[in-house]
Amino acid sequence: MLAYVLRRLATMIPVMFIAITVCFFILRLAPGGPFDGERPLPPTILQNLAAHYHLDKPLIEQYLIYLGNVLTGDLGPSFIQEDFSVAEQIAIGLPYTFVIGGLAFFTAIIVGVAAGVLGALYQNKWPDYLTAAIILIGLILPNFLIAPILQLIFGVELGWLPVGGWGGGSWKYLVLPIAVLAWVHAARISRLMRGSMIEVLNANFIRTAKAKGLGERLIISRHAIKPALMPVVSYLGPAASYLLTGSLVVEQIFGLPGIGRFFINAALARDYGMVLGTVIFYMVLIIFLNLLVDIAYAFLDPKVRTR
Amino acid sequence: MEPLLKLQDYTIRFATPDGDVHAVTGLDLDLAPGEKLAIVGESGSGKSQCWMGVMGLLARNARVSGRAMFGDRNLLGLTQRQLDAVRGAEICMVFQDPMTALNPVLRISRQLTETLEVHRGAGRREAEKQAIAMLERVGIPDAPRRFRQYPHEMSGGMRQRVVIAMALLTKPRLLIADEPTTALDVTIQAQILDLFQDLVTETGTSLVMISHDLGAVAGIADRVAVMYAGRIVEDSPVDDLYERPAHPYARALLQSIPRVDRATADIRPIDGRPPSLADLPRGCSFAPRCGYRTDACDAAVPPLADIEPGRIAACFHPVHRHTAADSKGSRT
Amino acid sequence: MILYSARRAALMDDAARAAPKGRSLAADARRRLMQNKAAVFSLFLLGLVIILALAGPWFISHDYETPDWGALRSMPSFGNGHYFGTDQNGRDMLARTLYGTRVSLLVALIATLVSVCIGVLYGAVAGYVGGRVDQAMMRLVDIMYALPYILFVILLMVIFGRNVFLLFAAIGAIEWLTMARIVRGQTIALKEREFVEAARASGQTTFGIILRHIIPNLTGPVVIYAALTVPEIIVTESFLSYLGFGVQEPLTSLGTLISEGADVMEVMPWLLGFPALFLVSLLLSLMFIGDGLRDAFDPKDR
Repeated sequence: MLAYVLRRLATMIPVMFIAITVCFFILRLAPGGPFDGERPLPPTILQNLAAHYHLDKPLIEQYLIYLGNVLTGDLGPSFIQEDFSVAEQIAIGLPYTFVIGGLAFFTAIIVGVAAGVLGALYQNKWPDYLTAAIILIGLILPNFLIAPILQLIFGVELGWLPVGGWGGGSWKYLVLPIAVLAWVHAARISRLMRGSMIEVLNANFIRTAKAKGLGERLIISRHAIKPALMPVVSYLGPAASYLLTGSLVVEQIFGLPGIGRFFINAALARDYGMVLGTVIFYMVLIIFLNLLVDIAYAFLDPKVRTR
Repeated sequence: MEPLLKLQDYTIRFATPDGDVHAVTGLDLDLAPGEKLAIVGESGSGKSQCWMGVMGLLARNARVSGRAMFGDRNLLGLTQRQLDAVRGAEICMVFQDPMTALNPVLRISRQLTETLEVHRGAGRREAEKQAIAMLERVGIPDAPRRFRQYPHEMSGGMRQRVVIAMALLTKPRLLIADEPTTALDVTIQAQILDLFQDLVTETGTSLVMISHDLGAVAGIADRVAVMYAGRIVEDSPVDDLYERPAHPYARALLQSIPRVDRATADIRPIDGRPPSLADLPRGCSFAPRCGYRTDACDAAVPPLADIEPGRIAACFHPVHRHTAADSKGSRT
Repeated sequence: MILYSARRAALMDDAARAAPKGRSLAADARRRLMQNKAAVFSLFLLGLVIILALAGPWFISHDYETPDWGALRSMPSFGNGHYFGTDQNGRDMLARTLYGTRVSLLVALIATLVSVCIGVLYGAVAGYVGGRVDQAMMRLVDIMYALPYILFVILLMVIFGRNVFLLFAAIGAIEWLTMARIVRGQTIALKEREFVEAARASGQTTFGIILRHIIPNLTGPVVIYAALTVPEIIVTESFLSYLGFGVQEPLTSLGTLISEGADVMEVMPWLLGFPALFLVSLLLSLMFIGDGLRDAFDPKDR
C-alpha cells in the first residue's frame, strides 16, 4: 500500500514540474515582457519584481530561481497589491474556498451516490424518473445560470436565504453556493453510480450473495455499493478540478472572499504575478487531490492495492 | 420416505417481446434426503433455469408456476424474507464460473463468515473458526492465510473450492451444483468432482449436480434425470441409464461422448438442433432428431411413464430393450 | 468542459465502440436516430435556433448595438417593436440575443474544428505509430486531463489580451484530449485491417497511410464525439464570457448577455431570461442529439 502511494507520488512530481515550467515561460513570452505593460507600475512594485525575478540574470537562471521559490512556497509578489505577496493573499482566501469547495464536494458525493443507488434500485419507476429530471437540470444548466435562478427563487421571492456574502460562515449563507457548486457534480456522480450499480446488481457475485440468503439490505450495503463506487471514485479527481473552476463563478456570484474571487479580480486587473501564482497553487492543489483520489481508489479495489 | 424436495407441474416461462420462451414445462420430480441426482442436458434444455427457479434467482421477466415443496413449504410461494431464511441455510448453490462468483472487493473471510452470522447467529470468532476449518476440509492449503486474501489472489480451482466451502458452511440439506467444473482446467475438474463426492457422502446432504456431461456425473450420482427442451425425458438409476438408456435422446447423448472402452469411430454426434423454446413442437420435442419417430410422436407429447421399476421415460418407443450395438441408433 | 466532461469520459468507450462500418450501417443508424423522439425534437429545436440566429436579424428593424433612446429598459412589448424588451442602453434584446447566439454558434464551430483536427491527428499518430511514441503521447494526455486547463485559457487571455480568435483557438486546443483517446483506440483496431496492410505493402509512407486510409475510416466515432463536444465548447465560451474573459463589448455572446442580465434580474428579468432560454435550448438539443447519435451507432442494443 505504501509502495503504491509512493509510486503515485513519483508520477505526480514530473507533472507538477511541467506545469510550473509551462506557466513560467508563458509569462515570460508575454508580448513586450510582463513588466512593461501599458500601465506604468509603481516603483515599490518594480523593486519587488526586480528583486524577486532577478531580472538582471540570464533567463535560465531566473527560471531556476523561480522554481526554487515555488518549491519553498514563495509564489512571488503581486503586481498591484504592495502589501501582500501572492502566497499571503492565497492564505487569506483559502479557508473560504476550502469550506465551500469541501462541503460542495461531499454534498455532491453523498447526494449523487444516494440518487444513483435509488435510480438503480427503482429502475424505470418514479424515484428513478424524479432523480433523472433533477440530474438533467444539473447537466443542462451551467452553474452561472443555476445560481441567479436559485437566488431569485430562494433569496428574492421566498426570502428564505441570503443571496450572497459570507455571513460569518452561518449555514444560511452557505446553502446556495454549495448547492450551485455541487449540483452538476451530484448529477454526474448519480449517472455514473446508477449505471455501475445496475451493472453490479446483474453481476454473478450478487447472484451468489442472493443464493446465500443474505437479504436485500445486506446485499446492497455490503456487496453492491462498494464495487459500484469505483467509477465514481475515478471521477472524483476531475471533479475536484471542475469544482475549483466552478468556485471561480460561485465566489463571484455570491460575493465570497475566496481565492477564486481574488483570481478573477487579479485577472481582470491584469495582475500577472497574482494570476500566475494562483494558477500554480491551483495546479499543485489539484495534483495533490488527484493523489488522494488514487489512494481512495486503491482502498476500494484490492487488485490495485495488492499488486 | 418423505421426499426432501418435490417439484410438481413446475413450469418456467420468460416473457420476451417476441413471445413467451418456455424454459421448463410441467416438470415433476422427487428428491429423497441424501440422494445424489444428476441433471443432464444440452445447453438450453432448461436444466440450469429449473434450479435457479427453485432458488428464486431467475431474471425479472420469468413467470414460474406449479409447486416446489421443500418439506411442507412451497418455495415458489414464499415471501422474500422467508425465502432468504431457506437459501444459504437449507439449500445452497455452487455456480458455474468461480472467477465471477465471488465478490472481488471483499475478503474471502468476509464472504465466508457472513452466511454463518446471518443464518446461524454465530459470533465473528466462532464463524471464523468454522470457516477456516471448512477451507481446510475442501483442500485449501495454508487455509488461515488464504482466509485473509481477496478472490483475485487465487486460481480458478482454488476459488471454486472456496465457493464449495461457502455452500457447505451452514450444513444445508440440499446442495445444488450448476456445472461446477465446466469453467475449470481438466485436471482440476476431476479433483473438484472427487471433492463433491467425498463431502456429500460425509455430510449426508442431498446433491443436485447439473451438467451437460454425462461422463462427468457418472461417478457421483445415484440417479440421472435427462432433460430435453424443458422437460425430463428420462429419469433412471445411474447404472441402468448407462447400460440400457430408455429414451432415444439419452441413448444418443451417451453415444456422443468418448469412452475408453469404445473405439473413437463409434462416437456419434446428434444430428440437428434442439427446438426453439419459443416455439415448441406439438408432439415430442425430440421427434425431429429421432430415429424411432412415428406419427404418434408428432401428435402428442409422450407422458413420463414407468418403463421398469424405478425408471421413467417419456417415449412411445423406449429403446432400453435394444442392444447397445443396435444398428438404428439415433441416426436415420 | 464544465458540464459534460465526465459524462463524456464515461461514454468514451461507448463512442469508441460505435464505429460505423459501412454505408448500410449509416442508413440503419439514421433510421434509429429518427425513432428517438427526444433526438428528433432536439433536431427541430436546434434547427429553429440556428435559423433564427442566422436569418432573424434581417427581419427585425433593430440592430444589436444601436440604442433606442425612446425605449430604455423597456419590458418585452409588441407596441414598440422590442419583442424581447431592451436593456439599460435601449438596445433591442431580440437582436442582441440572436447576435449572441450567432457568436456562440461560431465559437462552437471553430473550436470544434480545432479540437477535431488536433485530436484526430494526435490520436491517429499515437495509435498508428504505437510503441514508446504512443506511450509518451498518451501519458501527456493523461497529465493534461488532470489539470484545470480553463485556468490556462484565462492565463492566456490575461497575458496575450482578449482576442476573440485566440479565444476560439484556445478553447479548441484544450478540448481535444478525449477525441485523441477515442481516435487512438480506433486506429489501433484499424491498423490491423487488410487494406492498411496492403497500403503498407505497396510502400506508402506512414503519414500517407494515416491521412488516406486511417482518418477517412474514423468518420463515425469522430462525428459522434464531435457532436458531444459542441455543447461543452458553448458552455466553456459562456463561462469565460460570463467571467469577463471571453467576448467583449460591443460584440456579445450568450454568456456575456447572461452575465449582464444576472446583475439586474430582479428589476429586468427579461435581460436574463431570453439569453438563458436560447442557451438552454442549444445545450438541451445538442445534448440529446449527441446522445441519440451515440445510441443510433451503438451496436450494444442491436
